[in-house]
Amino acid sequence: MTAPSSLLRRRVFSTDHKVIGVQFLLFSAFFLVLGGLTALAIRWQLAWPWSRVPIVGKALYPATGGVMTPEGYTVLFTLHGTIMIFFVIIPLLVGAFGNFLIPLMIGARDMAFPRLNAASFWLMVPAGALIVASFFVASGGPASGWTAYPPLAPIASAAAGRGLGQTLWLVSVFLAGVASTLGALNYVATVVMLRARGLSWTRLPLTVWALFFSAIIQLVALPVLTAGAVLQLFDRFLGTGFYTPAHLVVNQFTPESAGHAVGGQPLLWQHLFWFYSHPAVYVMVLPAMGIVSDVLAVHGRKPVFGYRPMVFSMGTIVVLGMFVWGHHMFVSGLDPAAGTAFMLSTILIALPSSVKVFNWLATLWGSRPRYDAAFLNAVGFVAMFVIGGLSGIWLASTPVDVPLHDTALVVGHFHFVVFGGSVFAAFAALHHWFPKMTGRRLDERLGKLHFAGTFVLTACVFLMMHQLGMAGQPRRVADPYVYAGLAHLKPLNVFISKSAFLLAAWQGFLVVNVVKTLLAKPEGERNPWDANTLEWETASPPPHANFEAELVVARGPYEYGVPDGPRDHRRQVGPG
Amino acid sequence: MRLVTVLLILLLGAAAVWSFAAARAHGWWFPENVSVFGARIDALFDLNLWITGGVFVLVFALLAWTVARGALPGRARPVHGDLRLELVWTLVPAAIFVGLAVAQLDEWRELKYAGARPHVAVTARVVASQFDWHFVYPGPDRRFDTLDDLETTYELVVPAGEPVVLQLVSRDVIHSFFVPGLRLKQDVVPGMRPEVWFEVRGPADLELVCAELCGWGHYKMAGRVRVVPRAAFDAHLAALERAFRSNGKDER
Ligand SMILES: [Cu+2]
Ligand SMILES: [Cu+2]
Repeated sequence: MTAPSSLLRRRVFSTDHKVIGVQFLLFSAFFLVLGGLTALAIRWQLAWPWSRVPIVGKALYPATGGVMTPEGYTVLFTLHGTIMIFFVIIPLLVGAFGNFLIPLMIGARDMAFPRLNAASFWLMVPAGALIVASFFVASGGPASGWTAYPPLAPIASAAAGRGLGQTLWLVSVFLAGVASTLGALNYVATVVMLRARGLSWTRLPLTVWALFFSAIIQLVALPVLTAGAVLQLFDRFLGTGFYTPAHLVVNQFTPESAGHAVGGQPLLWQHLFWFYSHPAVYVMVLPAMGIVSDVLAVHGRKPVFGYRPMVFSMGTIVVLGMFVWGHHMFVSGLDPAAGTAFMLSTILIALPSSVKVFNWLATLWGSRPRYDAAFLNAVGFVAMFVIGGLSGIWLASTPVDVPLHDTALVVGHFHFVVFGGSVFAAFAALHHWFPKMTGRRLDERLGKLHFAGTFVLTACVFLMMHQLGMAGQPRRVADPYVYAGLAHLKPLNVFISKSAFLLAAWQGFLVVNVVKTLLAKPEGERNPWDANTLEWETASPPPHANFEAELVVARGPYEYGVPDGPRDHRRQVGPG
Repeated sequence: MRLVTVLLILLLGAAAVWSFAAARAHGWWFPENVSVFGARIDALFDLNLWITGGVFVLVFALLAWTVARGALPGRARPVHGDLRLELVWTLVPAAIFVGLAVAQLDEWRELKYAGARPHVAVTARVVASQFDWHFVYPGPDRRFDTLDDLETTYELVVPAGEPVVLQLVSRDVIHSFFVPGLRLKQDVVPGMRPEVWFEVRGPADLELVCAELCGWGHYKMAGRVRVVPRAAFDAHLAALERAFRSNGKDER
């Protein structure tokens, strides 16, 4: 395997997993900025409804002199959710780190299907372009929420923005679904087929296990959502009525009079949608769990506690995670007996997560941490994930979910999991593997400063959303103060919004850190953290085809705290 | 940085505990409950809060302690696991979680199972459409979809001191009938006609919120639920009927 000679083939249309990984990283960073800006605009409206949106207001809402419109608000939270899930967190953890790390950590020269891998990235590009374009459609952007429930979503007359904007949204989600499925197929094949000699399943680093498991979730469950989106497109354009019940009058439009078939079920979409979109939470959080396990071990200089329970609990999450989607539908009109079953399965799935938390605590117990930025972010993940996990139990409890469902408490809950969890793990991963990607370590002082502020501000933004929800503030409401009973929540919303702006500004420290480090001279250290796993057995950054020679693995990945000998660890490769 | 990290963990732990402890005093708690089953939901929430709160304090204390202890001399002991510990922290939480789930099954059955529906006629039909709440009473013949049906909008009036059953209907998209003061929420799905039931002991004036995204006007799809004594309820229906009659005459 020799590197292709043309620059275009090497840097852009490359089939090298490392290049594709970096492309996914840049892709998700771009969308993180977009998704973050939509979040800030949402927070602006919730704190100071119907006041002129600063800076971008004039450009976005010219008709009202810069004041957000109710439709505009709906578009914002629709795009925020869609972008953050499908274009930021999944491409970041699975696309970027998955691509970069899987072959390196299993000692392979590349992925099993490099072209399929490249296709999975290059399908994300039009998907991303469509979602950006949908924002600028003159008749209005997609405005059905990231959940796109029918009949609101497929029936074009349901409101402004249900026209071209919603179509672009559907095609974009479809493309992203196909892309992820291709990527997942490739990951599973790679881990099964291309592990280095001696790298048995029980010697696999937990990061690889986690990425393997999330790929399995995507393979099994994602086609269901993708197919569901195709059915919505059929309902829109081919006159089918999979999701359309009879006798609707939507904004003076009746589907029957337009020749559309009716007799469908709105709840069918909810089943198809959540059958993937609940497990998608585990696609976003399993890689984070794997990364955190590895970072805690390397930077804590102590073996991961309970390797097998860690793997087993992730496997349990994969299986059980397929049977909990109905907890999104407790008040949807779902048969209450099914609600009982979903309550039991959902409360049970807290168990593998709590097993993992206790194993992380035991890993930390008596460790010798370096207290560097990677380690701190991993600890931050554990703290935040605990909060998100515990409030999840309330929402799994059917009677308690009734008043809490679709309130701000739910928003707080899943942001602790996805922002507090996945994003902190991504920061840990960035600090840990940046030296491998670029040959340079990120600045520790800036990294610690970034961590401390982000930790505090994340709590300021999301903690009190629990109280907002308990007090009855619904989600997706452009102006909660329409309800007199919520008027007293305004100061809390203002506090949350101000914290959100600070949180966004604080990310400047990370940007400065990355730019500053990229401009510095590379150190090119192969193994700056004294880690054991295979990705550290090659140059930093690794060459095309990754390794100079074939690797033979002699032991598991977590031999830290070795009592005798000059070094406190034993690499997976070689005699000692 | 070790102490800073410990401090940050303790700070987050304390803030989380405070945010719930201080919530009632600041009006950040559930609004006052008036329904009979709502009191039981509140009790179950408290049970959830205490159990998860206990776990939270334990885990955060352990996390802070393990992070604080890290500055010990020498190398870490290379412990790879311990089966007994794994069993303890699998089985104990399992018992707690399963117990918590079982403790809530009865209430769920009372809330939603068809068998728990009170044996009374439907008090009113709630008709949701973008972006208003309409209410239909069956009228003197006690049957819906007849000429004497009585319609109102925005404010639903129901009797106190007896079970109330509502039938929820949507004309267009999905809405959600959410009355925080009753601890009651049910999506209103077109093509389905879910029923909800509740009982309020005394008079109350409650906010009705739409809790499912239903379009651009979702945020302003507000209404009210007024619970009045039986006599006042009958008087209200009679007044509606009189208004309906005189309207009808005008039109003819
Ligand atoms: Cu879920
Ligand atoms: Cu609504």
